[in-house]
Amino acid sequence: MSAPSRPLALTVLLVLLAVTALLPFVLSNFRLFQFTQVFIYAIALLGLNMLTGYNGQISLGHGAFYALGAYTAAVMMDRWNVPFLLTVPAAGVLCLGAGFLFGIPALRLEGLYLALATFSLALAVPQILKYFEHWTGGSQGLVLTKPDAPLGLRLTPDQWLYFVSLAVLVFLMIVAWNLLRGRTGRALVAIRDHPIAAEAMGVNSALYKSLAFGVSAGYTGVAGALSAGAIAFVAPDAFNVFLSITFLVGIVIGGLASISGAILGALFIQFVPNWAQDISKAAPWAIYGVFLIVFMYTMPRGIAGTAQALWGRLARADVRSSPAKGGLL
Amino acid sequence: MDIFLQQVVSGLATGGIYASLALALVMIYQATDVVNFAQGEMAMFSTYLAWSMLNAGLPYWVAFAATLALAFVGGLLIERIVIRPVENAPVLAVVIVCIGLLVILNSVAGWIYSYIQKPFPSPFPNAPIKLGNVVFGAHDLGAIGITLVVLLFLYVFFRYTTLGLAMRAAAQNPVSSRLCGVRVGWMLAIGWGLAALVGAVAGIMVAPIVFLDPNMMAGILIYAFASATLGGFTSPGGAVVGGLLVGVIENLVGTYVRFIGTELKLTVALAIIVIVLVVKPSGLFGRVVVRRV
Repeated sequence: MSAPSRPLALTVLLVLLAVTALLPFVLSNFRLFQFTQVFIYAIALLGLNMLTGYNGQISLGHGAFYALGAYTAAVMMDRWNVPFLLTVPAAGVLCLGAGFLFGIPALRLEGLYLALATFSLALAVPQILKYFEHWTGGSQGLVLTKPDAPLGLRLTPDQWLYFVSLAVLVFLMIVAWNLLRGRTGRALVAIRDHPIAAEAMGVNSALYKSLAFGVSAGYTGVAGALSAGAIAFVAPDAFNVFLSITFLVGIVIGGLASISGAILGALFIQFVPNWAQDISKAAPWAIYGVFLIVFMYTMPRGIAGTAQALWGRLARADVRSSPAKGGLL
Repeated sequence: MDIFLQQVVSGLATGGIYASLALALVMIYQATDVVNFAQGEMAMFSTYLAWSMLNAGLPYWVAFAATLALAFVGGLLIERIVIRPVENAPVLAVVIVCIGLLVILNSVAGWIYSYIQKPFPSPFPNAPIKLGNVVFGAHDLGAIGITLVVLLFLYVFFRYTTLGLAMRAAAQNPVSSRLCGVRVGWMLAIGWGLAALVGAVAGIMVAPIVFLDPNMMAGILIYAFASATLGGFTSPGGAVVGGLLVGVIENLVGTYVRFIGTELKLTVALAIIVIVLVVKPSGLFGRVVVRRV
C-alpha cells in the first residue's frame, strides 16, 4: 500500500462500496447472480493467495476445499434443515480444520511435490464425493432451495445472497489485511522468500505454514458454502480439477501476494469465459492457458501488482518499500 | 488363485503404460528439475494426431512411427518456445506455465476433435490368449511388449551413444558440460522431445482401452505421478518398477478391498503419493538430494 494519499484511496474505496451496494436494485437477476459469484470467487482467491502468493506453498487442489465447504453447507441444509447463514461459518471452521490437518503432511513437501500432491487431490475429489453417496447424493448431486431473506427484509433471494456474499467478502478482506500487514504477514513472506533465514530469525516455520494452510482452506470453504447457496445445487463433477486450475488462473492474473488482486482475478474468471464461450466451448480454456503463460512472462505480479508499480512510479513513491514485493518472481 | 494371477497380469499391462508416462516425467525432471504437468495432455494430443493419420488411411505402423516423430519435434519446440523463458525462474512460475500448457493442449484438442469419445484401434489381434486358466488380452501383452522395447531403446540410447552421454552430463552438471562443449540448452530440448515421444507411445497404447477423448489422460497422469513418486523422481529404472507396481496394486486393491472397488481408484493413487511423500520422499530407488545451504 504505497498509496500517495490515504484520503484519496479511502474515498475511492467508499465510492466503490456505495456503487456495489446499489447494483442489486438496477441489475437483472442473472447479472446479479454473476456478481454474487464474483464475490464468492474473490473469497476463494483470497484464501489461495494467502497460501500460494504470500506463503509460497503451491496448491493446485483448492477446489477440494471449495467442494468440502459447498457440501458441508448443502448437507446441513438438505439433511438437517440448518439455516443457510449458519452453514457458512460451519463450513469455514470445518475447512480450517481440514486444511490445518492437510497442512501437516504438506510441511514435508516442498515446491513441486506439494503441487503434485494437491494436483492429485484435485483429480480425486469428484470420485470421493460420488463415493459417499449416502451424504452427497452421488453423481446426481443435491438440489437445494435458495435461501430467503430473513423476515422484515424485502429482498429477493438473489439480492439477499448478493448482500450476504458482499458482506462476507468485505469482512474477510479486512481480516486478511490485518493478518497479512503485520508480524504474521511478514513471517509468511519470509518463509516464502528464504525459509532457512526465516527459521534462523526465530519464525516457527512449521506452525506458520500449517496455519496458512488452515486459514487458506477456511476462506475457500466459506466461498464454497456461499456458492452452494447461490447456485442452490451441488454436484461432484462441478468440483473437478479444472476448478482448482481456475483458482490458480485467478490469483496469477489478479496478482500473486495481493489482496485487491483477488477481486480483479475473480472478475476475470467470472466474465472472460462467458465472452469467450461465444467463440467455442473450448475457447475459455485456451484463453486461460495463454493468459497464464503470457502473464508469467510479462506481468508476474498480475494486474494488481503491475498497477501498483505504475501507480507508485507515477506518484514517485518508493515502491520497493512495499512488503508485498519480495523475491517471489 | 486364478483371479489373483489374472489381476496381476492385467495390472502389469496397465502398469506398463503408467511406467512409460512415469518414465517421461522422470526424464524431464532429471534433465530440467521440472515436473511436467502437461505430460499427459502432450500424450493425449499425440494420440489424436495418430488417430487423424489412421483416419486418413495410413497403415497402423506408419502412422505410429509418424506420430512418434511428430511428438518428438513437438516436445522439442515446446521446450524451446514455452519452457525456455522460465528455465531459471522459481518453481511456482514453472508449475504455472506447465499448467497453462496443459489447459491449452486440452482445449485445443477439444476444439479440433470435439469432446466425444472415439474408439481407437489396437494393432494386436482381438482373440484372447489362454495360458492354463488365465486369459490374457492380446492388447495387454502387446502393450507390455512395446513398453519393454521402448525402455530397451532408451537404455541403449543413454548408455551407449555419445548424444545420450552428453544428455546425461548436461543434466548432472550443466556448467561443466557447457565448458566441455556440450550444448546444454539443446540437450534439454532433446530431453523434452524424447519424453514427448515416450508419452505418445503410452497414449497410443492406452487409447484402445480407455477410448480417445481430450480428458483421457487425467486419470493416467495421476497414476504416472504415483509411479514416479513411488519409484523415486531421480531414478528412471525406479519409475518403471514403480509403474508396474502401481498397476498391480491398483488392480489387486480394486479386486480384494471391498470398500474401494473401482469407484475410488484415483483416490488409491492419491493415497500412494501422499504416503510415499510423507514416509520416504525420495521413493524406493531415488537418491536423497542433499542441498548445500
